[in-house]
Amino acid sequence: MRTILLATVAAVAASAAQAEELNALVWCDHTDPALIEPFEKAHGVKVNLKEYEGTGTALSIVEQSRPGDWDVFVIDGIDVPRAIDAGLLAPLPVAELPMADIFPEVVLEGFQSRDGNTYAVTEKFGYNTISYNKEKISAEELSEMQALWSSDEFAGRIAIYDYYLPVMGMVAMGLGKQTADIGEGDLPAIRDALFGLKKNARSVVDVVSSQTALATGEVDILVGGGEWVTAILAADQPELDWMIPDQGAVRWSQSIGVFADSERKDLAVEFVKYILSPEGQARLATSSCYWAMPANAKAGEVLTDQQKAALRWDDQPDYLKRAQLYPAPDGDLDAAMQDAWTEMLQH
Amino acid sequence: MTTPERAERRRAWAAVAPALLWTLAFFVVPFAMMAAMSLWQRQGREVVRVWDLSNYQDFLSKPHLLGALWNSIEITVLVTVISVVLAYPLAWIIAERVPRHLQRLALALAVLPFWTSYVVRSYAWTLVLAKNGVLNQALIGAGLIAEPLEISATRGATVTGFVHFFVMLLTLTIYANLVQLPANYRRAAADLGAGPLAVFWHVTLPLTLPGIMVGAFLTFVLCIGDYITPQILGGNSELVLPQVIMLQLGRGADLPMAAALSIVLMTVVTAAWLACARWLRLERA
Repeated sequence: MRTILLATVAAVAASAAQAEELNALVWCDHTDPALIEPFEKAHGVKVNLKEYEGTGTALSIVEQSRPGDWDVFVIDGIDVPRAIDAGLLAPLPVAELPMADIFPEVVLEGFQSRDGNTYAVTEKFGYNTISYNKEKISAEELSEMQALWSSDEFAGRIAIYDYYLPVMGMVAMGLGKQTADIGEGDLPAIRDALFGLKKNARSVVDVVSSQTALATGEVDILVGGGEWVTAILAADQPELDWMIPDQGAVRWSQSIGVFADSERKDLAVEFVKYILSPEGQARLATSSCYWAMPANAKAGEVLTDQQKAALRWDDQPDYLKRAQLYPAPDGDLDAAMQDAWTEMLQH
Repeated sequence: MTTPERAERRRAWAAVAPALLWTLAFFVVPFAMMAAMSLWQRQGREVVRVWDLSNYQDFLSKPHLLGALWNSIEITVLVTVISVVLAYPLAWIIAERVPRHLQRLALALAVLPFWTSYVVRSYAWTLVLAKNGVLNQALIGAGLIAEPLEISATRGATVTGFVHFFVMLLTLTIYANLVQLPANYRRAAADLGAGPLAVFWHVTLPLTLPGIMVGAFLTFVLCIGDYITPQILGGNSELVLPQVIMLQLGRGADLPMAAALSIVLMTVVTAAWLACARWLRLERA
């Protein structure tokens, strides 16, 4: 009888241990089982993933949740200060993280650290630039960004990635402005250029539709695309490629942090450590939702030559020099930019 | 009021109380909260609890927001009319021409596309309507066109996706009405000398109007509130009101403006209900 009782208690305890769960608010690349399952098996836990697009959505989800509901937060690099201001993030034990291996250009210390504490770490980055079908159009024809909205040659051949910040940043760069300096006074010129872009566009598309639009030949050019669209398609459709125009590209990055209200902080930190490890980084970089550069340079030791070629690993120093960071508007400018974007959609 | 009458009244209240409480908890209270929130403001990244009509003024003064309402109404009316025109003959054929024992099978086949996910069905349409899609390839193969038609990412694509869905819904409501129609009415009209067209026009159609209007109202409500089909098939070539609401929620976290736009949407639905009310009554004379 005692044996049965002990066995039952052990089974219940084991079951409870198995039942430990981690709740993560993430971008779609984190939902790839090939990325998550190794962590679940190693720690005997279940990772519940809630996917979102756009920081506004994430903040709405958090506002509508109870404190402690969420453990891990994957967030746009430029929006980390918003999350810190809102008290959402906990300081990270940076001594336990591979900070020295992160590409220096993508560390974003000014965004991720405050008062000596680091609240998030860059985990992945890439570019919003031009994806295209090189059998239909050459990189030279796309080198001048202004032609995209001023030349009839591109009419009906363009899809626009439906995210206002990177595309408006690109347009600003095409107009000779710095993304960091965009102000309300720049919006009329940016809006006019967006209207021209919309006139030439077949559609304004989300992540999945942008890949479909290029892959099915619906359009030849994706404005706002980049390696995150074409790298995953490269094996089957080598004619799909990406390039950076003369005026440069917008660099995006995503950061990972731990929620301040998390009741499983140790496990959440373990998850962050796993994601930032070379193995986790290689899996994240080649996730089934979209590919992009890992922030940890040591992931290069894990990625295959073919994967690195698709990510343009060796060209990164040049790309990083030519790219500017996403615009980081304050609340009022952000609202005005969204309004201009909505006008463009309705134009 | 006598004691038995009071007891009867209490029993009646007890019977309807669960429904009233349900409606209060899940409609009246949330609606009141949404209406109150629509009077607040988003300033910068903060929601300020002032009480004014600025969100409604913004909606009326910004052409791209007002335009979204007109797009919604135009698309919804178009979809509803086309769906009724297509669904009625289909329902009539199933009710009048298909043998009784095969009608269930015919209805099941007619609503077969319901069995697939709404989102998957919309994405499937993108493959049909794409520049290199099934439709264009078929038309080019048949020699009917030389260059592919630009159907995808247009209002036409959105309407096509909607109509495919709502024809099935309307077929069900109209069929249910048609099979309840006593055949004697039409026989009597025929005995009095009416031809088939006159019987249909003066007897069958008026008696099936409730079925048409119930289906049309459901189509109107579901269509005007939907953002998935315009988002996937319309390619953001124009915005409908639910897409703008989603933009306020997803991009700007502007719950007050989203609430104000939702109230506008509910006002339009209420107006549609009032227009159809005489056919939507549960009990009829």
